[in-house]
This record gives sequence, C-alpha cells and structure tokens, in this order.
Amino acid sequence: MNAAVSALTPYLKRYSSALQVTPLSVVLLLFLVGPVIVILIFSFYIFNGFFMEPGFVTDNYEGIFTSFNTLEAYLATFKIAAITWAVTLVFGFILSYYFVFDIIAFRWKIFLFLLSVVPFWTSGVVRMISWIPFLGKEGLLNRALQGIGVIDDPLEFLLFSEFAVIVSYVHMYTLFMVAPLFNVMAKIDRSLIEAARDSGASAIQIFFNIIVPLCKPGIAIGTIFVVALVMGDFVSIRVLSGGQAGTVLMSMRNQVDVLQYPFACASAVLLLIVLLMIVGGIMSVVDVRKQL
Amino acid sequence: MNKSRSTKLLPSITRRSALKGGAAAVAATALGGFPTIWAQDIEDIEIHMLGSAVSHIKELELMAEEALGFQILQTVVDFATLGQRAATQPRSFDTVEPAYQQINAIWPTGNFQAVDTTKLAYWDQAIGLYKKEGKIWPDAWYGQGQHPTQVQYTSAIDSRDFVEPETQWLTMIPTNHNADTLGIRPDLIGRPITSWAEFINPEFEGRAALQNFPQIGLMDLAMAIEAQGMMTYGNKGNMTRDEIDTTIDFLIELKQKGHFRAFWGTFSESVNLMLSGEVVIQSMWSPAVTAVRSQGVPCIYSDLDEGYRSWGIGFLLSKFVEGKKLGAVYDFFDWYYSGPAGAFFARQGYYMPTPEQTKQHLPADEWDFWFEGKPAVNEIKDPFGNVMEKPGAVRDGGSWKNRMGRVAIWNSTMAENAYVIQRWNEFLTA
Repeated sequence: MNAAVSALTPYLKRYSSALQVTPLSVVLLLFLVGPVIVILIFSFYIFNGFFMEPGFVTDNYEGIFTSFNTLEAYLATFKIAAITWAVTLVFGFILSYYFVFDIIAFRWKIFLFLLSVVPFWTSGVVRMISWIPFLGKEGLLNRALQGIGVIDDPLEFLLFSEFAVIVSYVHMYTLFMVAPLFNVMAKIDRSLIEAARDSGASAIQIFFNIIVPLCKPGIAIGTIFVVALVMGDFVSIRVLSGGQAGTVLMSMRNQVDVLQYPFACASAVLLLIVLLMIVGGIMSVVDVRKQL
Repeated sequence: MNKSRSTKLLPSITRRSALKGGAAAVAATALGGFPTIWAQDIEDIEIHMLGSAVSHIKELELMAEEALGFQILQTVVDFATLGQRAATQPRSFDTVEPAYQQINAIWPTGNFQAVDTTKLAYWDQAIGLYKKEGKIWPDAWYGQGQHPTQVQYTSAIDSRDFVEPETQWLTMIPTNHNADTLGIRPDLIGRPITSWAEFINPEFEGRAALQNFPQIGLMDLAMAIEAQGMMTYGNKGNMTRDEIDTTIDFLIELKQKGHFRAFWGTFSESVNLMLSGEVVIQSMWSPAVTAVRSQGVPCIYSDLDEGYRSWGIGFLLSKFVEGKKLGAVYDFFDWYYSGPAGAFFARQGYYMPTPEQTKQHLPADEWDFWFEGKPAVNEIKDPFGNVMEKPGAVRDGGSWKNRMGRVAIWNSTMAENAYVIQRWNEFLTA
C-alpha cells in the first residue's frame, strides 16, 4: 500500500494542479461549453414553419440582422438595463458606504449586511409578484394616495409598465451591487483617508479621488451581475409589464414557445456575443482581478 | 474593533452571500421544465401523463386509479412547455395532452404511435365533430381555421402524415373541447355586450386585456376587427401576410393608444385583472370566469353574435409505450370515454367526445344545466363540490348545441406562423 502511494507520489506532484482544476473544468465543459455548442449548432438548423430540421442555413441569422425588431428589442433591453444599473449603483453605493464608513462596530456592519440578504430567503418570484397588489390601480399605493387626497384618479403608470419592471429589478438586484461594493470598500486602507485629510483634502476630494477609484473593481463586478441578470430575465418583464414590453429575451421566449428553436438559438448566440462584449468592455477599463 | 480580523473575514462572507443570491435568482428565472422522476416498478404498471392544468387534476387521477387499479402519475405544465417536451423528450411521458393547434408541430416529429380506433370501446359513440361530418349537429357552423379533423387522422400506426377522415388511425384521441369568448364585468360596464366589436370599442380604453399568446391573441383581435367592419378576412385562422400585417399594425396602434391595460399570459393573471377591476372586458378561458365568480364578483362569459373561438385537446401516445403498459393505456382511454371523466369535466364546463356516456353519469338536472342550457333546478356545484350557481341560473351561452354549434374559428397554427411570431415580437417592442 505504502509502496504504491510512494510510487504514485511523483506523478501526483507533477499533475497536481491539473488534477485540481479537473472537477471545475468538467463541470464547465458539461454545463456551459456543451450547451453553448449545441445552441450554436441549432442556430444553423432549418425551421420549416412548424418545427426544426437538421441542416446548415444562415437564414436564422439573416432574419435577425434584417429585422428592424432586433434593434428595437436591443434598444429597449439596453434602456431598461441602463436605468436599473444606474439606480442600483446609486443605492448600492450609498448602502455599502453607510455599512463600511458610518457604522463603527464590526458586528453591526455584518448584521446590517446580513439584513440586506434577508429578502433572498423568500422566492424571487414571490417578491416580484408582490409588487402587483402594491402598485395596481386598486393597489395599496394608489388607495393610500387617493385616501390622503394627493391624487383623484389612480396612477396607471405604476403597474404594467416599464416603471414596475424597473422597480422590481432594483428591488431584486441592488444586493448584487451592494455585495461587491461592500467588499472593496471594506478593504480601503483607512490610513489613506487619514493621510488625505492631513494633507488638507476636502470630503468631496477624498470621495472622488480616493474612494471612488478604489471602488472601481466592485462597481465593475456589480455591473456585470446586474446587467447580466436584467438582460437574462423574461419572467419579471412579462408579468410586471403586463406583457407590453418587448426585450431580447421576450422575443426569444415567444420563439421557443412555438418551437422556433433555430431562431431562438441564433438570437441566443447574438445575445451571448453582446453580453461578452459588454463584460469585455468593463474588464478592459477596470482590472477586476485587483480585488481578488 | 479588530481591523485585521475584519479585512480577513469580509471577502469570504460577501462572496458566499453573493453566490447564495445568485442561486436564488437563477432558481427564480428557471420556471417550468420540471424533471420527471422515474421510479418505475416493473411489476406495477405506472402511466406517466404529461398535460396542462385544464385536465390533469388530482381528483381525476384518483378516480382513474380506483377504477383501473394501476398507478397514474400526472405532471402538469403549461401548453408551451408541453409542446416542447412532446417534441424533444418523448421518453419522459407515456401520454401527452396538447391542444389541436400544436399537433402540426409535434406529430411529424415521429415521437408518437397512432391510436388504433378498433381497440377503443367507445369510438363509435364519439361525436361527429371528430369524424367526416366535422360538426356536432347538422346545422352547426364548421368554423374557420384549423378544424380538428384536419389533423385527426393518419394513414398507419407509424406514419407522420395527416389524412382525410376517417381512417383506423388517430393522431391523438380527442378529449375535452369547449368554446371561448370574451369575459366581461357586467357591474362595471352596465349594458349588454353582444358583439366582438366591443373588444376594441374606445369606450373601454385602458380597461381591456388581450391574451399574450401570439396565435390565439391574434384571432381574438381578428374577431373584433371583422365584427367592427374594419376588414373581412379570407380565413381568420389562416391569415395571409397582408392580413397579419394589417391586424398587427392595428394592434400596435391600440397599444400606443393605451387601449389594452395588459396582455395576460397565465390563467391567474386573467383572474386577477378581472377581480381587481383593472379590466372590464378581456380574452378569457372559462375556468377563469368561474374563478372570478366564486369570489363573489360578477363576471359573464359573453355569448356574442359572431360566435365562439373554440379549442380541443387530446392524448398523444408515445411510441415507446408497449406491452402490458400499452394495454393499460388503452384501458385508461376507454375509462376516460366511459362517462365518469365526462361528468367530472362537464362540471368544469368542458365537453367530452362521448356525451351519451357523460349523460349516464350526470344527474338529469346537471345535464340540463350544462348541456341543454336550461335554468338550474338545484344548486350547481363544480367538480370539487363548491357551489357555483344558485337555482334559476342559466349557463352563459346556454346549450352545448348553441356554444359548440356556433364555432366562428378554431384555435390554429397558421401557415405563416413564423411571420406571426416575428410581427408579434415587433408589436411587443413597439
């Protein structure tokens, strides 16, 4: 037994790093690379009006690039993603800043941070749907506003609108901004701030010249989370827009529902490329690895 | 405060919680497509049935198990998921129950075996709707769009084609059918609604809702457009590109005017829209009307002059079912046609293809209410025993002959289906 182990030892040593990355590589190959390849293959299949047939045609891509709808859908998606990103960034920044710099006791920091995780103990679908009775024409908010006499007629834009969709996104995704920002802010060396203050920097100068630049990796990671989640959602958008918003994922969902897999796959490939470009863009501006 | 400790602990905590949150978000978006767990004992026959909430109901499963003695395992998914599973995972079920308009896409995949009518005990009793006549009674309307008989028959047990009625082989065994129309809130409208044209009447701006299913949503709208006199379609169930363009352009115009409050995608959304009063006139499915009424809110399933938009569903049989299990499935089909199931669904407002058998299992007063359109003598209860109607009430639309005899259009998949989806997506982004 011992002899066998000692005979193996040099091999284990030589290949130890290869062995260590094997599990992750296998998982990624099976569940990420594999499906993407399948999607890529299907995106060249033929759709005969009812179902797909094996083949190699570029019709699906031509359809996407010649349809005016593609541009519209991407613009609509970018608009929603951008607004959600901006709002979650502001909220996330304020929250993290408060946790890290305003709360002195370590225990309170952790407690408040965990508190912001509590909503995740309930299902995302429930949290999303619960906006309906709140924002509806006969909902809590409208009733309350009418009750105190601020408005006469219910505000209809509150529900089944882009507004409702963005509200729910902000509600669900702000934490994805908070977490990385909290992480980078906590690592800012306080002596830097003290040194700046000693050298006569104002609070605003400290904020923009020290804190914000040091938070960049956190902002980058939060942005990737939020943008990917918003661009990958088709549930909230359908339910809270009352089916009136058209995003890239909604188009894809409609195609999948009627078995138009080739079109949907081609759209998915395009979306993947767009998302990779966004992530690549962020990575080229900010060195995310600095944070790790 | 211990600073070094804080910087050491924090990254791990944040990373873990971010992962946790990520998992929750993934779970939230991955709706549908539940895996079926196979726990099949070779000795005990177990039939795996994939279907929609329309018909795959626990109470019915128990009734069937008691009558037949083998296990029945129902899985409920929405119609879109059902179509996808039928087309791509034929080993994940023994029977699947799609709607007729889905058959064009899934039958030709070759995942199924035809149903042999000679092995069905009650097929000779099945109504003319599914046979050569194509109608439930001689003066009934045939209806535009894809009539069930156009996809009902095939040439052999293993063929993938559709042939004229009647042959020995069924692509699928028909089960429930019904007629859909617009649901309204009579208390909030205050006058009778008798035409589909009311659906696009500016009077209901911001208080109407359309179902967000491209094919049938388009048909509801076409019914309204034609009733209003804007244009006449060659065939509303199989529109030309020009007709699709005109209809969608009009829909975009309506959307931009804010005519529709919402475009609903699930049964419960339609119920909530009606209950809350957000909407007073909308596309609706009949159990949704029942659900609204059972909350004490008035809701009428309007009997409109231009007729109904009808649908049918039926069982497809996976080609992998064989031997003892195949026999059991045929036993199940016979039981399904023999009456108890028909009576169960009658109380839900649906119709089975063997009304004579249904009649034998339904008390006379209930038969008169559900099928003859007569006023209720006693309280009318739903399949679960809840009181639905008081004595004296009459079913909306009345008798089976009136409702299924005035089919204006069948739920269909149009030849230009791909174009419909493309334009529908444009409407969504408009």
